[in-house]
Amino acid sequence: MTVAGTGLAIETRGLSKRFGHQDAVDDVDLTVPAGTVFGFLGPNGSGKTTTIRMLLGLASATRGEATVLGQELPGALSSVLPRIGALVEGPAFYPFLSGTANLMRLDSADRYASGSTRRSRVDAALDRVGLTHAAGKRVKAYSLGMKQRLGLASALLSPRELLVLDEPTNGLDPQGTREVRNLIRSFADDGATVFVSSHLLSEVEQMCTHAAIMSAGRLVAQGGLDELRRVGDAHVTVVTPDAERARRRLAAFGFVTDEPAEGSGRVRATVAVEAAAAPESIVAALVADGVRVRGFTVEQVTLEERFVALTGEGFDVVR
Amino acid sequence: MSSAEPGPARAIGERAPLGSPSGEGESRHPSLGISLLVSELSVIYRRPRTWALLAALAAVPILIAVAVRLTDDGPQPGRGPPFLDSITNNGLFVGFTALVVCIPLFLPLTVGVVAGDTIAGEAGHGTLRYLLIVPAGRVRLLLVKYVGAAIFCLSATLTIVLAGTVIGFALFPLGDVTLLSGDTIGPGESTLRLLLVAGYVTVSLLGLSAVGLFISTLTDVPVGAMAATIVIAVASQVVGALPQLAWLHPWLLSNHWLGFGDLLRQPISWDSFGANALLQLGYIALFGALAYGRFTTKDVLS
Ligand SMILES: Nc1ncnc2c1ncn2[C@@H]1O[C@H](COP(=O)(O)OP(=O)(O)O)[C@@H](O)[C@H]1O
Ligand SMILES: [Mg+2]
Repeated sequence: MTVAGTGLAIETRGLSKRFGHQDAVDDVDLTVPAGTVFGFLGPNGSGKTTTIRMLLGLASATRGEATVLGQELPGALSSVLPRIGALVEGPAFYPFLSGTANLMRLDSADRYASGSTRRSRVDAALDRVGLTHAAGKRVKAYSLGMKQRLGLASALLSPRELLVLDEPTNGLDPQGTREVRNLIRSFADDGATVFVSSHLLSEVEQMCTHAAIMSAGRLVAQGGLDELRRVGDAHVTVVTPDAERARRRLAAFGFVTDEPAEGSGRVRATVAVEAAAAPESIVAALVADGVRVRGFTVEQVTLEERFVALTGEGFDVVR
Repeated sequence: MSSAEPGPARAIGERAPLGSPSGEGESRHPSLGISLLVSELSVIYRRPRTWALLAALAAVPILIAVAVRLTDDGPQPGRGPPFLDSITNNGLFVGFTALVVCIPLFLPLTVGVVAGDTIAGEAGHGTLRYLLIVPAGRVRLLLVKYVGAAIFCLSATLTIVLAGTVIGFALFPLGDVTLLSGDTIGPGESTLRLLLVAGYVTVSLLGLSAVGLFISTLTDVPVGAMAATIVIAVASQVVGALPQLAWLHPWLLSNHWLGFGDLLRQPISWDSFGANALLQLGYIALFGALAYGRFTTKDVLS
């Protein structure tokens, strides 16, 4: 019953889902350490929601396995799900019932939730997302942002070890987005693992400690945010009349130099970030070799560029 | 899990002292589906649509009674629906007449709406995924949905009977009732018989509810499931009216729908009630199994 065994809240191996001829999720090996705020990043249609549906037992996997909170799915679903609070593909409620009545309904579907504390837990959850004043209104009259908050409240009706939140800030104004971000941080402070999907890098950078990046159904990168920033390429450009000597020196540092541009007096070279030496030691070595360094710049790929490089640019849904 | 254990496996929420939900499943006592059923009924009966359906059913006996009352010479014996000509002598017949009028279409219509909506309606609202995540349990949810639809069937027939009785008492005299066997019974016993007939009609609708439940697991579009369920009820009666298909009649959902005459004899004959109940049970078993097979393996993508 423990996540302490592996220290992982979610682990998938080769998880795949095929819709017709399309691999919506393709061979995903996800590793979500317990206690993290984990960003599940990817453009629209990259398979985030489909992955989440499989993790929650809503859809069966075509191939692969998943372990959630230390238990194998789908066999252990009935004992795992009570430990998870979730928001999938936007909030959904009975429009003709009030916010309170909707939460009461969901909670009474929970076999393990006590009926005697139901009302107070519903009120506490509504209070936590700032909906106390609208609690008696029919959901029909709620704005999208209010529904989104009610959805978050529904994930909080009982104590949870894992929160799976699918694009929780969709449809929220900047103020609402900030509040949701704070809420997510407070869940994490309470000790829960938060698995939050988003198509916005900036959002993940602001609230997550770890992230995985999806592109067209495949998992293309994952790890700590710092770790993700570190992978990728660093470029240096040396302005010097001694191009040949500089090139040799940079090669010794592991750099691959670009095709020299004739007579430009510039040498541009690339190396993987994790293998890059400190810029000052590169300059010192160049100078020691007698390279007349007239200019030296280092560019490191930002996470944003990396995200774009991994997932493709632009507004178009890939598939 | 001891609470002293370090690590992030702690739960959030103000109930933490009650024990984290990671406690062994066996040590916690899952409740039966009672609170879910209560909640299901409150969703059905807090829905404006349900009351619109029941109001439409209640309008039938009222319409009949008012029409008969406003006609000076009263209905011709032997014409129109059964019992219609008896209404002027006895208000108790309003309920009987209205039930008979509602059986072919109005009742299947309302039951089709509620039974067709069971799963597809939740899928359409998107609430199905949240119920399953809670987790309500797929089998438990299916059972509760069926029981909810069955209770609606009962409330639908009782609505007709109740509205018919009230308007009958208001507009017509109250008297003894002559049964089909020729015996005469007083108003008290007549009311009992009326309730028996309502029970018979309710049982008649249980098979259709199971059909609707199954169709409802096939789609995320509730209107489609409702329409398909109603079409099946009508088609069954059309086939039942074709003598060329007589071999099929004993298996038709609607075969015994109008067979409650046995309950209006002295002594009561339970044969048709039993045959009807058996047939409906068959439908419940068959379509319940189909619904189970479909719903427990279905990908919920709504
Ligand atoms: N019910 C479905 N039937 C067929 N294809 C689907 C279905 N749901 C999602 N897909 C496809 O699977 C892919 C991934 O979708 P989804 O998981 O919703 O992406 P995301 O949540 O990352 O935006 C998309 O290409 C989408 O068209
Ligand atoms: Mg999505």
